[in-house]
Amino acid sequence: MQIYLPIAELSVNVLLLLGLGGVIGMLSGLFGVGGGFLMTPLLIFIGIPPAVAVATGANQLVASSVSGVLSHLRRKTVDLRMGFVLTAGGAVGSVIGVQIFSLLRALGQIELLVSLCYVVFLGAIGGMMFFESVRALRRAKYGAPRKPRKHHGWIHGLPLKVRFRTSKLYISAIPPVLIGVAVGILAAIMGVGGGFIMVPAMIYLLGMPTVVVVGTSLFQIIFVTGLTTLLHATENQTVDAPLAIILMLGGVIGAQFGAAMGVRMKGEQLRILLAAMVLAVALKLGFDLVVTPGELYSFGESH
Amino acid sequence: MRVLIAAFAVLIAPLASAEETGERVIASLSQNAVGITSTFTGSEIFLYGAVERGRLSDARDDDIAVIVTVSGPRQPMTVRRKSRAFGIWINTTSVEIDEAPSFYAVASSAPLDEILSHTEDLRHRITVEKAVRVVGEARASASPDAFHDAAIRLSRAAGVYFESVGDVSIIGRTLFQTHIELPSNIIEGDYVARVFLLRNRAVIDKFTTRIVVSKVGFERWIYALAHEQSLIYGILSILVALFAGWGASEAFRLLRR
Repeated sequence: MQIYLPIAELSVNVLLLLGLGGVIGMLSGLFGVGGGFLMTPLLIFIGIPPAVAVATGANQLVASSVSGVLSHLRRKTVDLRMGFVLTAGGAVGSVIGVQIFSLLRALGQIELLVSLCYVVFLGAIGGMMFFESVRALRRAKYGAPRKPRKHHGWIHGLPLKVRFRTSKLYISAIPPVLIGVAVGILAAIMGVGGGFIMVPAMIYLLGMPTVVVVGTSLFQIIFVTGLTTLLHATENQTVDAPLAIILMLGGVIGAQFGAAMGVRMKGEQLRILLAAMVLAVALKLGFDLVVTPGELYSFGESH
Repeated sequence: MRVLIAAFAVLIAPLASAEETGERVIASLSQNAVGITSTFTGSEIFLYGAVERGRLSDARDDDIAVIVTVSGPRQPMTVRRKSRAFGIWINTTSVEIDEAPSFYAVASSAPLDEILSHTEDLRHRITVEKAVRVVGEARASASPDAFHDAAIRLSRAAGVYFESVGDVSIIGRTLFQTHIELPSNIIEGDYVARVFLLRNRAVIDKFTTRIVVSKVGFERWIYALAHEQSLIYGILSILVALFAGWGASEAFRLLRR
């Protein structure tokens, strides 16, 4: 069953798209990540133009993060104040990101930028997660004590201190705003929610309790991906609504299966799996950048 | 007055050759409009035609040949070339192809080099190689021909440029028919179908007709909204996503009970 996508301007199999949304939804339910880092490269792989894949991916993430946040809100595991501070930074970041995106698209370097961002960030995060998880598994085996988390002293010396009750923190608003900006830029360029940067940053840099991290990150992702969608829609006209809706449909169903599967698996094993997957995507994209391409020529996007 | 005469001369010129042999070509398409709907998977257009003569057909007419071309909207396009820099492959050079059809199909009754001379090809821009033009600034670049060939190669790979030799069947020296497959990745616009009647590798008559390809219904609406009312479109996209996320969360909460 084929459907013609009006913005991507090509015909794609609906079942393929539903399956893609479903599998990524399942992974996101399983690992608690948005899955944008897999969605965008896979959409490009099946022939969707990169600009459309990034913008539509952002739109689809709005839906998946809303449904995630609602369940976290019911469990009261969202730090709303922290969420708004991060969002303020995120808004600035996504405006900057979309500008960079438009500029590089005109210069014909957008695919390179997207690929490079993926390789660098996924490589770094995947690598860190992998070694961290392996170490944690070893610790569990030999029963070594876990080191207490370090609180970075310099963060407490900054001005503009705000009390974040839900996170039990009294810290400067500057680091969360900066994290928000960074994640906003990445969201606009990579078509991802940025949870894979946000979550470690919240835990290791801000020292937030793990319990509120995922909910708060999802809360911020709604606004950043929403704004990114809007900016891509107005600046580049690259949001394909029918494509987004099909992906959402597959995604929400998949997420429920994923969540059910996640209950039966151990946390550390899950993290190793996720890390391996992130690394695999980074390696594939990195390999494509380095290896001599079969076709040196390509059409510019703005023809 | 001189302009008028010149214009008249241009108009009459193609007719003159037809006058000599007294042969004219006429054709008709199975459809003059193609609508891109949400279930669009491409379209097949049939073309029927006839050769008109002021006499009965005989053995002299065995050597006629017919070429049919269908060309999409012409547009400038950018072709980029990668080269290795800092160990990775980066788009480094680009050439603007001044005029290239977004779609180009050639169907013929025999191999093109047997029925079409080089000069006639140049004059009417019949083959794919002649239909894509690099002129002006781009000609001055280092290797314009490499970019020209790349544009054709990429378009062939995308299935929007193709030749189908022998796909025009001539029936009883006067009638002919062919069909052209429009793939699903074509763009909107006015497509031009040209029919050439040839003899001794020269074009003796030409017939032109139009096919309008446009998005219709839902596809038209989405595309127009996204481009003309992009702010409203963006807001709608977000609202749909918010609603989908909320709906999914509620639906599964009800299911779990």
